[in-house]
Amino acid sequence: MPDYSDRHDMPEIPGFVETSTLVVPRPEEGSKDHTMVLNMGPQHPSTHGVLRVVLEIDGETVVKLVADIGYLHTGIEKTCEAKFYQQVVPLTDRIDYLCPMTNNLAYCLAIEKLLQLEIPERAQWMRVLLNELTRLNSHLVWLGTHAMDIGALTVFLYTFREREEILRIFEHLSGQRMMTSYFRIGGLALDPPLDFFDSVQALIKILPEKIDEYENLLTGNPIFINRLKNVGYLSAEDAIALGVTGPPLRASGVDWDLRRDMPYSSYDKFRFQVPVSNDGDVWARYIVRLQEMRESVKICQQALDGMPEGPIKADAPHVVLPDREKMKTQMEALIYHFKIVTEGFQVPTGEVYQAVESPRGEMGYYAVSDGTAKPYRVHMRNPSFATLQALETMCVGRLIADVVAVIGSIDIVLGEIDR
Amino acid sequence: MGEALLNKEAVFEGLAQNVAIQALRAAHPEAIANAKFDRGELTLVVAPGSIRPACRTLQAAGYNFLEDVTCVDWYPAEPRFQVTYHVLSHRLKERVRLHVMVQSIDPSVDSITPVWPSANFYEREVWDLFGVRFHGHPGLRRIMLPEEWEGHPLRKDYPVEGYR
Repeated sequence: MPDYSDRHDMPEIPGFVETSTLVVPRPEEGSKDHTMVLNMGPQHPSTHGVLRVVLEIDGETVVKLVADIGYLHTGIEKTCEAKFYQQVVPLTDRIDYLCPMTNNLAYCLAIEKLLQLEIPERAQWMRVLLNELTRLNSHLVWLGTHAMDIGALTVFLYTFREREEILRIFEHLSGQRMMTSYFRIGGLALDPPLDFFDSVQALIKILPEKIDEYENLLTGNPIFINRLKNVGYLSAEDAIALGVTGPPLRASGVDWDLRRDMPYSSYDKFRFQVPVSNDGDVWARYIVRLQEMRESVKICQQALDGMPEGPIKADAPHVVLPDREKMKTQMEALIYHFKIVTEGFQVPTGEVYQAVESPRGEMGYYAVSDGTAKPYRVHMRNPSFATLQALETMCVGRLIADVVAVIGSIDIVLGEIDR
Repeated sequence: MGEALLNKEAVFEGLAQNVAIQALRAAHPEAIANAKFDRGELTLVVAPGSIRPACRTLQAAGYNFLEDVTCVDWYPAEPRFQVTYHVLSHRLKERVRLHVMVQSIDPSVDSITPVWPSANFYEREVWDLFGVRFHGHPGLRRIMLPEEWEGHPLRKDYPVEGYR
């Protein structure tokens, strides 16, 4: 290890990696491979955050593409190692700010697997319901921003109108609009409020016709079709080789959905279709995601119809915080509460990997325990991080304007790429 | 989930029908150094030199999808770094985890990018945050941190608040 004790006399660190270190242009005038280098981002409205892409272009055709990431790196994995197990839950929200519930679920399932906890039915069904609402929320943002990148500005206002309703439900449920942190290791934080199910019912009743409305604006629009069809082609072999998961994988013709194929949190009790397309282009990803939204609405309806009664927390007093009411009347509950809050709870030694289907693909949590109250290692396997590797394959040989469409179609969230 | 099987012999006996174990034992009898089956998840410890051929064998056996490459630092134990691979089979709907234990002096292991190109970013991340090098990687440079960063933050001897 180098000696870090005298950091003050280090040379000043330049803030920007020089473009030439990533891509070397071939600028000789008149030569056959006359190219130039174009820097796109990190502050660019169509990169959905702070993605920097360095493009080597010949005229308007992309010859080479290098993605440069890390601008949002906050070291969440390192922070996790310094927190108690229950304190990590709020951190998982911040990885992917469009689907916090999915991250909560993946982390809680992983730790519950380590603890070998049994989760009550009602909590599992609530988790499914909330995950599908989160998927709708995320897909609505994707649809609005993706259409806006292409130039269809109207849809953005329509999708954010419905998204607002979902966020209102989340706020009513957990007190927060985006960083909900509603799941706990062993169940849920609170009982849902009395009118929660009615408001969800009212929302999913109108959603199918709203999705029709978006389709009316986009699916028949000739400009939109021309910008999306046969753009950003990705074959099934390439998708698997490059680690692509989620809607882009299904749009390339691979019929794989973790909710159906490796069910978790009682997804096996729900009936839904997994939309697949063989086209492999940006248009196919658009169609697959729209179909997924319709299926999510169906899953929400099934969850509402069959929501079991019962507790929302596992019967494990050393892990799950007791009810406030019990704490006021029972000494034992108060002691458990004090112990969990001050010294956490110990988790048996072992390692687990738990993957769930997030709106963007496979979100996996790899947790290693050394028997103490803090995780020894938490690693997040992020769908966007892997899918970004396929960006070059999808863009090379196409026009610069198509790069924007392709980035939109893989529904990239930089928070989860950089962590 | 079944009982936990905590050593190689017990796993080979209890999971004799497992495709991954069968394929690896047939192709590389010496490659599996240890094995574990815990909480419904199979872990195989692969000898450091055999990771690339082992991955090729798994890929041919139907484990077609590399999900993740990451690392765990067991400082101050030796071998210090545990490089972890998660491989999934779409057909069998099964997952297998591979471990490669790496010494702390000049930590390095063969890259598996020739087998799965998706390992590119994952291995760059492990190099960036743990300082484990991958032989045969097409462009092993930092991915999260700036090029000029010193040290590898996810190592256990790197303080949480950094060096300030």
